[in-house]
Order: sequence, then C-alpha cells, then structure tokens
Amino acid sequence: MGLVARALEAAGVPTLCLTSAFSITASVNPPRAAFSDLPLGHTVGRPHQPEFQRDLLRRALRAAEAMDVPGTIASTGVSWDADGAWKRRATPTGVEAEGAGSGSGDGSGSDTRNERVDVPQYQYESDRLAAESAT
Amino acid sequence: MQNPPDASPPVDYIALTRDRYDALGYPPYQWAEVDEAPPWTPLARPLAESTVALVGSGGAYREGQTAFHWKDDTGVRRIPSADPATDIRVTHFAYDLEPAREDPNIVFPVDRLRELVDEGVIGGLAPTALGCMGGIYSVRRATEELAPAVVAEVVAMDVDLALLVPV
Repeated sequence: MGLVARALEAAGVPTLCLTSAFSITASVNPPRAAFSDLPLGHTVGRPHQPEFQRDLLRRALRAAEAMDVPGTIASTGVSWDADGAWKRRATPTGVEAEGAGSGSGDGSGSDTRNERVDVPQYQYESDRLAAESAT
Repeated sequence: MQNPPDASPPVDYIALTRDRYDALGYPPYQWAEVDEAPPWTPLARPLAESTVALVGSGGAYREGQTAFHWKDDTGVRRIPSADPATDIRVTHFAYDLEPAREDPNIVFPVDRLRELVDEGVIGGLAPTALGCMGGIYSVRRATEELAPAVVAEVVAMDVDLALLVPV
C-alpha cells in the first residue's frame, strides 16, 4: 500500500496509511502513516467493537493532521492488550491459537498462506452466483 | 483499551517471513523497499472540512461483484460507501480472514467513517470506496498496474485525503 500512497501523493492527493505491520510500512516509506500495535488482519481493531475502531481512526487522523515531515510513522497508542502476549504467537499471516506450537522467534512452522490460485475466491457460494448472474 | 506506545516492540513481519521461508526452503520473499524521500502533498484544509476516500487492500469486494483471485490480482472494486459493511465480503491469501468476515470494518471501515462524518471528525466520505488486493508479489505490477488504477480513480473523486488501509 505504500507504493500506492506514494503514487497518490505524487499525483497531488494527500494520503494517510494505517498499519499494524511496522517493518513492512517502514521499508516502503509512505508519506504519512499511523501505526497501531494489533495482530495482522485487524488493521482497524477488534471485530464488533465500534468505539475501539472509531478511537483508532480518530487518533490516526489527528496524528496525520499534525504531520509535517514526509515519511512520518506516528503511533496511535492503540494496542491489542496490555501485555502483548499475542506477539509470541504471531505468524506471517496472523496469530496461532494458544498451544498450537511455534509462533514468532524460532522461524519454524508451516506456510500459513493460502495457495495463490488465479480464479476468483468468493467468501460465499451465493456471492459467486450473484456475481455470475450480474455479468 | 489504550496502552502506552512501545510497551513491547512491534512484531517484525519481514524477519518473521524471512525465517519461515528459510525454514521451508523457499527462496526469500522480496519486500518492496524504497529509500527515496516520499512525495508530499500538504493537507489543503482541516480534516473536519475534508472529504476522505477509503482505499482498502485487504481484498474487500461487494456482494454481487466478482471476487479477487489470489495470484497478483491488480483489479480494483468500486464499493458504494453508503452501503453497510454487512454487504462487504473479503478474500485474501495472506491473512486469517475469519475476523474480517465477522466484521469487515476492521479492514474496510466504511461504517466507522460514516460515523466520523456524523461526529464532525471528517467533513465527508467520498461516495465510492475502493477495494483492492495487497500482497502483489510483482513490485512491477503493483507499480505499473495497481497504483495507476487507484490513482486514476481517486484523482477523479476530487477528495482532500485518501485513507489507505492495508492488512
């Protein structure tokens, strides 16, 4: 997304990137970014916690408004929980269940990504039917 | 729910992925790296008066649209931002989809942004939000296909800020 941010900004559109993957965002150096310390797949927070999500967005937007140095990654101060225990179970795609074996650190474990297939991957079969009847 | 920043260091997903790929005998994953200073367009007006466009790269599409595939799909889906998040579907190869399917706002916060308009935090929300796929393995295709497509869409919206939500 950092590449898209840079292209938008070069085209005259101010951008703000949210992120929960600090190292990935830092490596692509977007104009403005706001980091929240959350597991992958939860960039805006916990499911069905609207105030948590709004609070994160307010903090990120407020931080963006104050930025005047290109390449700033601000912290929203939002995190998943007090002790960050989930980080020990973090994988490249999310968080392993407790007791599931290796998380971060030892570098072992399986490839948790799905196979990269080149046909549409619908959430529901009904989505496929709706899309195919629309075309 | 809030804690002081730096209570513990962020997860380093680049190191984590490199170690996993090494252990599996895969060739190293090449993350995009950019050293040049970022381009910069100043905000034209306070956010309370700004129209915001949402762009999410977590694989959001709307019910009725063709879903993304999982092999460098550089397509963009136009999603009406007035529609509730319950109409949003998500598909992606590289993260655990279950929480986002439970509540798409955690990767595509349309409901929350409408509420922030009502609160006066932002001035407005562009009528169309954009869904796309992060994790394009080809930096060339991300740069030459995905980025220009998003830029063309967002420039035509004439907004004050693009809020980019990756996963």
